[in-house]
Amino acid sequence: MTDSAAGPRDVVIVGSGPAGYTAAIYAARARLSPVLLEGSVTAGGALMNTTDVENFPGFPDGIMGPELMDAMRRQAERFGTEIVTDDAVSVELDGPVKRIVDGSDRVWTARAVILAMGSGYRELGLPDEQRLSGHGVSWCATCDGFFFRDQEIAVVGGGDSALEEATFLTRFAKRVHVVHRRSQLRASKVMQERALRDDKITFQWNSVVSALHGEDRLTGIRLTDTQTGAQRDLAVTGLFVAIGHDPRSDLVRGQVHLDETGYVLVRPGSTATNLPGVFAAGDLVDHTYRQAVTAAGTGCQAALDAERYLAELADAQADAALVPSPDDRVSLPA
Amino acid sequence: MAVTPVTDSTFSAEVLEADKPVLVDFWAEWCGPCRMVSPVLDELSETYGDKLKFVKLNVDEHPQIAAQYRVTSIPTLNVYSGGQVVKQVIGAKPKAALVADLRDFIG
Repeated sequence: MTDSAAGPRDVVIVGSGPAGYTAAIYAARARLSPVLLEGSVTAGGALMNTTDVENFPGFPDGIMGPELMDAMRRQAERFGTEIVTDDAVSVELDGPVKRIVDGSDRVWTARAVILAMGSGYRELGLPDEQRLSGHGVSWCATCDGFFFRDQEIAVVGGGDSALEEATFLTRFAKRVHVVHRRSQLRASKVMQERALRDDKITFQWNSVVSALHGEDRLTGIRLTDTQTGAQRDLAVTGLFVAIGHDPRSDLVRGQVHLDETGYVLVRPGSTATNLPGVFAAGDLVDHTYRQAVTAAGTGCQAALDAERYLAELADAQADAALVPSPDDRVSLPA
Repeated sequence: MAVTPVTDSTFSAEVLEADKPVLVDFWAEWCGPCRMVSPVLDELSETYGDKLKFVKLNVDEHPQIAAQYRVTSIPTLNVYSGGQVVKQVIGAKPKAALVADLRDFIG
């Protein structure tokens, strides 16, 4: 239930994924009765679109991304988190009581808010990208790889996600071109080694995708060499975009301070934003590490920071209650 | 009304020859965003099932229809009316966004 009648609750967490769920686990165990708005279709966050997560400590044989998220979600629920499968659509975060409206027009109020909206896929920014999305251009290899059986396709990007997708797509595709703007990969060494020795994967180094070809579906891409400017066409029927993510901070823009690329700014060594009682964690804040385990780590920090904030708030209120009102004051002897 | 499954063989009767518009959810077990959008469609079906029929087609088990309609990304939601695709929504979207996309059929 919403709490307009019952008064504000302690904590509302906006967003799921490792940061949101971990914050919920800690907040619930601190008996803060958190509500978690996990998102109507983004629940679980970025890991819902991945296959094997091999670097989350404690899973020596790897674990599927969606399975890991489901486990974290159940752990949060076990300690009493109220999980709401809806989106936060507007927020008022200044003032002592924060107000959040969800996609079903329900109002949630709380003394502290933890922001963990994560990030969304970065687009190439090409004019035909939207038109060809779902017609050859894809953002989810695990979802769409199946449709490119025995076809020649491309993956754009040079990080872990790009190489994980490329390796996964070799199960279906005849050939996978990895298009990367540099001559070296950013991905972890183990991912690099795996991709480099895969004979179905071909690297298109120092190249960017500069145009998409095709009327009702993708038939090819134009590559521009980043060193020479030379252009060449590559006939592919699928293009998987894995060039990174942008923080999903639009919800709080204008209220919470963001950096020039849209990440939420927090006080160094803490998860506190510029607004008292508003904390932020995970990919929404982090443009350096961006790992499931670091997101979980900052989610934990945010819950502990929120707990401390609420305790100080309660102390301050208790102190205020001890101060006598003016009528009760007695003059002290000089 | 629950979202009922259709197959390559029942598609024609259940969708193309239906007497009202039909939304077909092209999905598969291994698609994370499909799992996310599925309960949203169950809810929409409850609310708007009298105006728009909601069915789902597993592309893994029934690849023919998906190939025929050139589905290369899931979830894809196609609305059929009089045997033709009259609306297409690609990718998982929040409930409010889906309601807005489908306004012509459920409004």
